[in-house]
Amino acid sequence: MSELRRPIESGVPDSKQFMHPALVRNYGKWAWHDRPQPGVLRHVSESGEAVFTVKAGTQRQMDIFTVRRLCDIADAFCDGHIRFTIRSSVEFMTTDESKIKPLIERLEKEGFPVGGTGNSVGFISHTQGWLHCDIPGTDASGVVKAMMDELYSEFKNEEMPNRVKITTSCCQINCGGQGDIAINVQHTKPPVINHALVSGVCERPTVIARCPVAAIRPALVDGKPSLEVDEKKCVCCGACFPPCPPMQINDPIHSKIAIWVGGKHSSTRSKPMFHKLVAAGLPNNAPRWPEVAEVVKKILSTYKADARPWERMGEWIERIGWPRFFEMTELPFTKYHVDTWRGGRANLNASSHLHF
Amino acid sequence: MSKKMPSTPMLDELESGPWPSFVSGLKRLAEVDAKPHGAIMKSLLGQLEHSYQTRKGYWKGGTVGVFGYGAGVIPRFSEVAGQFPESSEFHTIRIMPAPGFFYDTKSLREMCDIWEEHGSGLIALHGQSGDIMFQGCRTDQVQPAWDKLNEMGFDMGGAGAGVRTAASCIGPARCEQACFDTLAAHRTVINDFTDDIHRPSLPYKMKFKFSGCANDCANATQRADVAILGTWKDDMQVNQTEVQAKVKQLGRKEFINQVIRMCPTQALGLNDDDTLDVDNKSCVRCMHCINVCTKALKPGKERGICILVGGKRTLKIGDLLGTVVVPFMKLESEDDFAALTDLCHRMLDFFADNALEHERTGEMIERIGLTNYLEGLELPLDVNMISQPRTNSYVRTDGWAEEVRKWNETKSGAAE
Repeated sequence: MSELRRPIESGVPDSKQFMHPALVRNYGKWAWHDRPQPGVLRHVSESGEAVFTVKAGTQRQMDIFTVRRLCDIADAFCDGHIRFTIRSSVEFMTTDESKIKPLIERLEKEGFPVGGTGNSVGFISHTQGWLHCDIPGTDASGVVKAMMDELYSEFKNEEMPNRVKITTSCCQINCGGQGDIAINVQHTKPPVINHALVSGVCERPTVIARCPVAAIRPALVDGKPSLEVDEKKCVCCGACFPPCPPMQINDPIHSKIAIWVGGKHSSTRSKPMFHKLVAAGLPNNAPRWPEVAEVVKKILSTYKADARPWERMGEWIERIGWPRFFEMTELPFTKYHVDTWRGGRANLNASSHLHF
Repeated sequence: MSKKMPSTPMLDELESGPWPSFVSGLKRLAEVDAKPHGAIMKSLLGQLEHSYQTRKGYWKGGTVGVFGYGAGVIPRFSEVAGQFPESSEFHTIRIMPAPGFFYDTKSLREMCDIWEEHGSGLIALHGQSGDIMFQGCRTDQVQPAWDKLNEMGFDMGGAGAGVRTAASCIGPARCEQACFDTLAAHRTVINDFTDDIHRPSLPYKMKFKFSGCANDCANATQRADVAILGTWKDDMQVNQTEVQAKVKQLGRKEFINQVIRMCPTQALGLNDDDTLDVDNKSCVRCMHCINVCTKALKPGKERGICILVGGKRTLKIGDLLGTVVVPFMKLESEDDFAALTDLCHRMLDFFADNALEHERTGEMIERIGLTNYLEGLELPLDVNMISQPRTNSYVRTDGWAEEVRKWNETKSGAAE
């Protein structure tokens, strides 16, 4: 057997070797920016040099042929430089204003929608889902593709009150993070336990410790050590499933989709906010999730019509109040919307501020 | 003989519509019989269709790695390998991109060539932590694929209970609003933690993210255990001529609506001559007015970072946002960068020593209290760390006089 190669522990490479030379020239010397049209940014340096960025959407999970096509475009228009955003959009930069029009035409012709800038609906950040995750309740790429088909023109235009960041997550761990709208799996039944496998596969104390409501306890089932769940206490979160795969939480019917709104990372205007539950019990209806799309579009159109310029989703709702939100979106308000988790009292209305 | 394309009626429905289709991409890979990915992706399409039909996932984890590292490969073995044997092993190799996700096409093409030979041909740009995800590799191809990617100058990303791959906004490479060099900070900090990335031995994961201002384009505040955000101390920079131009462009009423009224601390006023009146003492550096008036307004010149610690998502105690532990520090000189790296190491060491198994930094702080965390890290207390003082009396205060003495000492120290 040949000797194994020791890794070169080089860490993160230097970005400047990959950057467009105009960015290297003007690094840290930018004066201002604007957006000449949706999908295009112009950054002007203190030296007066301008860099134009054309932004386009991708499918994130890309085959090498797609990546090579993006490279062909970058070679033709941007001297072989290319960048991706946090939300998997691709950015092409050039100092030559005359290249913008043909670049946009080329991207659109090759199927990459140009947009995602300013007050648009950006690409939906997504997780792995059925394609690659070991614990998914649904697919991610499919949900995102289905939603982006519906929101295509909102990606390409800047007609929202502020930017809209949508996220998806295939389980309640919520790898997708906070979003103006979050489309997340919500399980509704306790795990189904394959007792024959538990003792061989799961480190039982670890699994017991993982439960947020202390609903799991050791048990002897058919003479074998296993685990049992107090189903009255169980909140069906699925936290036990990753450390103990025989505790199957995913169910084709009972794993539902929930919609959350008003999450935000930035400290811009208001402080960062968590997204809040507004709808649940939606079916995990692959391959196009029409029930989910309907709720998302209703929330978006209500926000678009009613929010003031620059209000993010959560800020808009804070201004109009939750009664008005549920009234305008025609979503039912249930006991499940009332926060009963620890600290949840902070989410109750401790005032006589009422909306009628 | 080449395998037939599987029947995928549900996935086929994801090929229509205007958005780029990942299914079409999977099929393009599946159709090439001359490369290993042809058979792998035919099989993968079959398994994915099976997931769509049954609404269940069929991957399980395991142990796969490369020589010398204890993390960075995400093992995936199929639970339905009998039906879909060619994609029975479908591991992901996580590779750290350059900060800001910059590439030249030469490197990207080289990555594609490597993945065409050794993998499934499917690449996610990028994963939620910020890795390049080379998805779909047989166990015996992981080491050769990794060897070539590593020789290109790229290193493996984090996984498991270690330091994870970081993310940063575009920063000074193309943004006038960046208050520090996010890309340099990202690289400096992370490259000082390669051992903790590659050989994870922490209670749980630890994430760093770097955003150049309060807009937090790297989504650091809630997604990172350590969120490093740009801010400034002196007055905002105002170009009054450009303010007047903006007032003219929007109209006075809309300027008041969109800029003045949206200021969260009412620090702005419009003067009679359509110039801007800024109460910098009340300004919280939120970036709103600067975002709207990109030509007229800019962050101040005394720029630096604030550090928020403890962000995380649901598991186990519920969502937590990062909270301030360092309100301001400069990040310009080599010494400044060394001080940041040193602080990050102290954060990691304290976490390693004090967190319970599977507990994130935010949960640990929730359990032990912020003041104990600050003492452990020898970080000075600051009023900017709270949104308001405590509202209940259940606290033992017999050390009050001593704490007052410390406060006065800090104050007189700052005054000198």
